[in-house]
Amino acid sequence: MAFPSNMTRSERDPKVLRSGPSSLSSSDRLARNLGWFSIDLGIVEFIAAEKVTGALGMRGKENLVRAYGIREIASGVMTLSVDKRAGLNSRIAGDALDIATLATAIRPENPKRDNAVLAMLMVAGVTLLDFVATGAHTVRHIRHSGERRSYSDRSGFAEGVEASRATARKKLGDLRTSSVNEGPPTKKTSGADSV
Amino acid sequence: MRALVWHGKEDIRCDTVTDPEIEHPRDAIIKVTSCAICGSDLHLFHNFIPAMKPGDIMGHEMMGEVVETGSEMNGSLKKGDRIVVPFTINCGDCDQCKRGNFSVCERTNRNKEMADKAFGHTTAGLFGYTHLTGGYPGGQAEYLRVPFADKTHIKVPDSLTDEQVLFLGDIFPTGWQAAAQCDIEPTDTVVVWGCGPVGQMTIRSAVLLGAKQVVAIDCIPERLSMAEAGGAITINFEHESVVERLNELTDGKGPEKCIDAVGLESHVSMGQPDTLLDRAKQVVMLESDRPHVLREMIYVCRPGGIISIPGVYGGLVDKIPMGPAMNKSLTFRMGQTHVRRWTDDLLRRIEEGQIDPSFVITHTVGLEEGPEMYKVFRDKKDSCIKVVLKP
Repeated sequence: MAFPSNMTRSERDPKVLRSGPSSLSSSDRLARNLGWFSIDLGIVEFIAAEKVTGALGMRGKENLVRAYGIREIASGVMTLSVDKRAGLNSRIAGDALDIATLATAIRPENPKRDNAVLAMLMVAGVTLLDFVATGAHTVRHIRHSGERRSYSDRSGFAEGVEASRATARKKLGDLRTSSVNEGPPTKKTSGADSV
Repeated sequence: MRALVWHGKEDIRCDTVTDPEIEHPRDAIIKVTSCAICGSDLHLFHNFIPAMKPGDIMGHEMMGEVVETGSEMNGSLKKGDRIVVPFTINCGDCDQCKRGNFSVCERTNRNKEMADKAFGHTTAGLFGYTHLTGGYPGGQAEYLRVPFADKTHIKVPDSLTDEQVLFLGDIFPTGWQAAAQCDIEPTDTVVVWGCGPVGQMTIRSAVLLGAKQVVAIDCIPERLSMAEAGGAITINFEHESVVERLNELTDGKGPEKCIDAVGLESHVSMGQPDTLLDRAKQVVMLESDRPHVLREMIYVCRPGGIISIPGVYGGLVDKIPMGPAMNKSLTFRMGQTHVRRWTDDLLRRIEEGQIDPSFVITHTVGLEEGPEMYKVFRDKKDSCIKVVLKP
C-alpha cells in the first residue's frame, strides 16, 4: 500500500494511486517548519531555562528565557495556523529580541562568549529564513487595487434588476392580497414556490 | 481517474486515484463535466471542520452524465442522462425526506453512529465533506459515485449549459433557502452579510422574492460591485459603520430580515475587536468558529425579525448575545440546504430566463489547476469569486 491514507478508506472508495501537484507551496512548507521549530525551541527554553542560561553564560536570566519560551510557543502556534503572516511577523520581532538579549552576553568577561556568538549566528540564520517566508506570504496575500475587476455588469437577471424586482413585488403583493381575501393566514411554509 | 484530494491543512493535490464503482443497486456513476469550488470547501482546506481524513476527495458542487447505474433505479435514471447532483444525499423514503427536510435525511449518512454522538442525531450524508456526514468521495474528480442516485439527482435539459445549471446542486438553492426562510414581505429590508457566491445568490433570491430593499455587506470591492449589479445597496464595512448605515436605511428601526452568508471564518480586522479575540481563541482551540456576523445580526435586527443562517458553522461559538436575541423576539432559521425542496422551482426560473446563475463564475480552469485555484479563491486574488473546474 503506497499511501497510508488509503488504510482509512472504505473498501470500495477511490484510493490514491499517484500523488500530484499540491496546493502547499515551498514557502508554506518553510513556514510550517519554522512553526514547529518555534514550538520545539519554546518548549526547551521553558523547561530547561537553567541549562540554556548556563550554556550562554547568562545565569540569573532564567525567568526571561522562560518568558521567551512562551513567546516562541505562541509564535509557533500562530505560524502553523492559517494566519501565517501574523505568526511569521511575531517571529521576526522575537528574533530581534533574541539578538538584543544575546548581544548582552557577548562580552569579554563571559567565559561562554563563544557559545553566545554561535547562538547569535544561528538566530541570524533563522531570522533570514523568517524574512524569506514572510516575504513570500506577503506577496501571496496582498491584493493590489490594479488587479481588481468590476462586476457591475453581472446582474444575473435577463430582464434587468428593476424589471425583475417589479415583477416579484407584484406577484408577492397579489399573493398577499389573495390570502387576505381568502381569510385568516395559514401557517407559512416559506412559500417561495408560489411566488 | 484524476481527483482533487485532501491531504491535510492547506494541502490539496490533484492525485490519480482508483475509479469509483457501483456499490449498491441504487448507485450510479457519473462522468463529471463541471464542478466548482465552494466557500465551504475552504473551511475543509483550512481544517476547521472536524473529521476529515487524508485521502478524502473534495467537492460537492458537480454535474455530469450518467455512465453506469445500479439495478434499482426504478426508471428514474438511465445511462446518458445529464444530471446535477445535490450536495445533500437523500433517500427519499425516510420521515425527514417525506417532509422535504432532505439535508437531515435519516438514512444516507453511512457514519450514522459518529454523527449521532457528535450532533445528537444524524444528518444526511454529504459529498466531499467531513466523515461526520458520511465521508463520501466528492465530485472534484473525473467520475463520481452517486449513492441513492434514484433520488439524489436533478435532471437538466440539454438546452441549458453546464454553467447555467451547475449551481442548482448547492449555492443557488442555498441562497434561495436563506431568503425563503425569511418569509419576505413586500415591506422588508433584507440584509445579507457576505458577498461571496452564496451571498450573491441570496441577494438575487431576495430580489426575486419581492423584498423592498436588499442590502449587502462585505469589504471586497469587486464582490460589492457584483452585489450592486444584482440590485443590492452595498456597505463596505471597512469604510463605514454597518450599524449607522442600516439604521439610516431603515429609519432607525433596523432590518426585518438578516442573513449570514459568511459562516465560521468571518473577516478579522482591527476595527472589530471581537474578531481579533475570536481568532486568538480559534488558534488555541478555545473556540472553533468566529461568530462576529451572528453577533452583529442580533444587534442590528429589528425586534420580531428573522435571522437566517446559510453560512456554515462547524462547532462551538462564544459570546453570542442570547439576552438581546431573546428580548427582541428574534427567530433563528438555519441548516444545510434541503436542495431537492427547491430545485424544481429554481430550474423552472432558469428555463424561463428569470435568472442565469452563471453570472457568478469568474474563473474556469482544468482540474489539474484546482490546487492552485483553492489558494486564489481563498486569497481572493485576481478578483476571484467563483471557480468552475472542468475535469
